[in-house]
Amino acid sequence: MLHITISQGDGLPLYLQLVQQFKHLIATGRLKADTELPSVRALSEQLLVNPNTVVRAYRELEVAGLVYKKRGSGTFVSATGSPYTGEECRRILSQRADTLIVEGRNLGFGVDQLVDLLRERDRALNGGRS
Amino acid sequence: MAEQQPEPLVRVRNLSCRFGKKVALDNVSLDMAKGRVFGLMGENGAGKTTLIKHILGALTPKVGEVRVFGVDPTRNPPAVLSQIGYLSEDRDLPKWMRVKEALRYTQAFYPDWDESYAERLREQFRLPADARIRNLSRGEKAKAGLLLALAHRPQLLLLDEPSSGLDAVARRDILAVVVRSVAEEGRTVVFSSHLLDEVERIVDDVAMIHHGKVALNMSMDELKATHHRRVVAFAEPLAAFPEVPCVLHVEGEGCEWAVITHGEADATRAALEQAGARILDETTPSLDSVFVARVVGSQTMQAVA
Repeated sequence: MLHITISQGDGLPLYLQLVQQFKHLIATGRLKADTELPSVRALSEQLLVNPNTVVRAYRELEVAGLVYKKRGSGTFVSATGSPYTGEECRRILSQRADTLIVEGRNLGFGVDQLVDLLRERDRALNGGRS
Repeated sequence: MAEQQPEPLVRVRNLSCRFGKKVALDNVSLDMAKGRVFGLMGENGAGKTTLIKHILGALTPKVGEVRVFGVDPTRNPPAVLSQIGYLSEDRDLPKWMRVKEALRYTQAFYPDWDESYAERLREQFRLPADARIRNLSRGEKAKAGLLLALAHRPQLLLLDEPSSGLDAVARRDILAVVVRSVAEEGRTVVFSSHLLDEVERIVDDVAMIHHGKVALNMSMDELKATHHRRVVAFAEPLAAFPEVPCVLHVEGEGCEWAVITHGEADATRAALEQAGARILDETTPSLDSVFVARVVGSQTMQAVA
């Protein structure tokens, strides 16, 4: 069973929550090419969400070229590398960067200090190797 | 979305209803579309049950009009009732009957009763056929009520607080059956609930009822797209939040406030900025916060007015 969750506190529309999680599962290789996604009925029952929500999420994924439908059968993962386009990667990272910059300002850190901090953390994550 | 709107399955127009001095419904107009799940939200006593009873034809409109499948449900009860499954809030089942007797009894009213489907549901709900209704647990009674409402495969399923007072497991069982009946048969479902997380998961369209009035009525998609929660800051502390028409609800004091706005994202952002606010954060509010903004927020405004 796929580990997909719905977060109620998050105001994000439920179908987008599903789309994002499927994208993530595909990007991280946990859903491999030609794997069949759960049926609309099975997933809507598992998550207790309106089936239309699942239909909508699958349609979004299909339009994005991340999954394909086989006639008379189910929905399958496409064989197209990363689900995130370059633009989308930028957008995701921009959001994170904005948060960091605002937080930095509030704490009295300028951009240069943040860049230094990023380099330092990068070294730390690499186990001291730069 | 500019989809062609077909004739709604349920159509309520200018419906008002009072019991003595108490106004139960006040000029309610709603459409419920075929094949969708419609959620009625509101506090206890808001008028949800009264509305459902009008759709069922159990109450006759004194003011206004109700049409179900295009006809007046009080004029032609058998034709309408045979296509409706109804689970009442108090699950008024004959307590002295055994489960299997209640099934046979209800079956007699419905030519379209599907015996094998009823049996499947009974097994799925783990309802013992020989148990007396009065000895069933709360959750089992609710499941028995849902079974009896579904087994004639109605076009329209009316559920009045289907999971009120139930534990998590029984709630799950009930919702799963509702979800499946929508997935498999494209059934139209109208259900009332004060459990907002449940509404958010299940419904396509939502109406908030407050003191008998419709406080909000739109699709869940539209609700999500047109409500925003923003944290804003002002250069100088303010004694009161400035008058901005799109703001439904305000929390905070001094320099920093959290507001919920209704309207297009760019327009409402601009309106806040024009009032001197700097936007620090913008998110989509949960259904819960929209409900509070629409219903509780309106109460405080009434109190001030």
